[in-house]
Amino acid sequence: MQPPAEHVHWMFATGLLLLGLFLLAEAIVGEEIWRRRAWRRYLWPSFLFGMGVLMWPVMTFFTNSTIHMLAHGAWAQVMMVAGAAELGLAKGKLQNALWRFATPFAFLVSGLAFLLHERNPWFFQRSSFLHHLLGWTLVVGVVFPLGRALRPRSTAFAGAFAAVIVAMSVMLYCDRDLAPVFGHLSTLAGTPHR
Amino acid sequence: MSTHSVGSRIESQPRPRALSARPLALAVLGPLTSLSGLAWAIVQPYRVTLLHADGQGFWWLFVEPPLLVILAGLAFHYFVARPLIDDFEKN
Repeated sequence: MQPPAEHVHWMFATGLLLLGLFLLAEAIVGEEIWRRRAWRRYLWPSFLFGMGVLMWPVMTFFTNSTIHMLAHGAWAQVMMVAGAAELGLAKGKLQNALWRFATPFAFLVSGLAFLLHERNPWFFQRSSFLHHLLGWTLVVGVVFPLGRALRPRSTAFAGAFAAVIVAMSVMLYCDRDLAPVFGHLSTLAGTPHR
Repeated sequence: MSTHSVGSRIESQPRPRALSARPLALAVLGPLTSLSGLAWAIVQPYRVTLLHADGQGFWWLFVEPPLLVILAGLAFHYFVARPLIDDFEKN
């Protein structure tokens, strides 16, 4: 009954797509109007926290290598930390502005986890390429959540942050268990499925 | 017979307001997402396993990326974007 790995990636891609759309909508209308309805104030932080919770079963059941387990565990933790910090900030229970740096921290840790747990080169197969691409997107893209933390009212930083999340969802949708990337597939990778 | 009164009555009716850029962006975000999912389903119909469901397992029928994109766009539009546009207009 366990889903294939690519299906898990696609489900998380859908979660990230929705998260990106929520953030984009917030960036478009501004924080004041976004927070006008109580449920909306907590929408994306709780969604992010929930995705972190759902990452734990992924860590538990996809045990093909220790480094994968560690990476999934790291994602679960930082997503929950970032979601919880944003929930606290939205509620007003967290007053210290330093909590705003929880999301850029999650970005950086997630990016490093992507890069460190992929041991094959970029063009080994599609998932290797995507791991490198996702990792560098997060590591370089950390400037946007960082900018958003430093300048919370900046539409540009908020919009770019949302765009990076949407881009990540597109990359995750491209994932396949074993497939070539731009015509490249290492002979060591095996036979492509589809 | 004069048409003056008819003309003035038409002019006194409220004109439909044109959407400004921000509500317009919100209004198109969900449909654009769904359209991209639809385009994906057309370009890669083999990704929609419901079209060839024989012998497919649960996960292949439950998780179909192009349909998930379409659903995400629709859900966002109806449950998030529309109430948000209302709030923006009331502002």
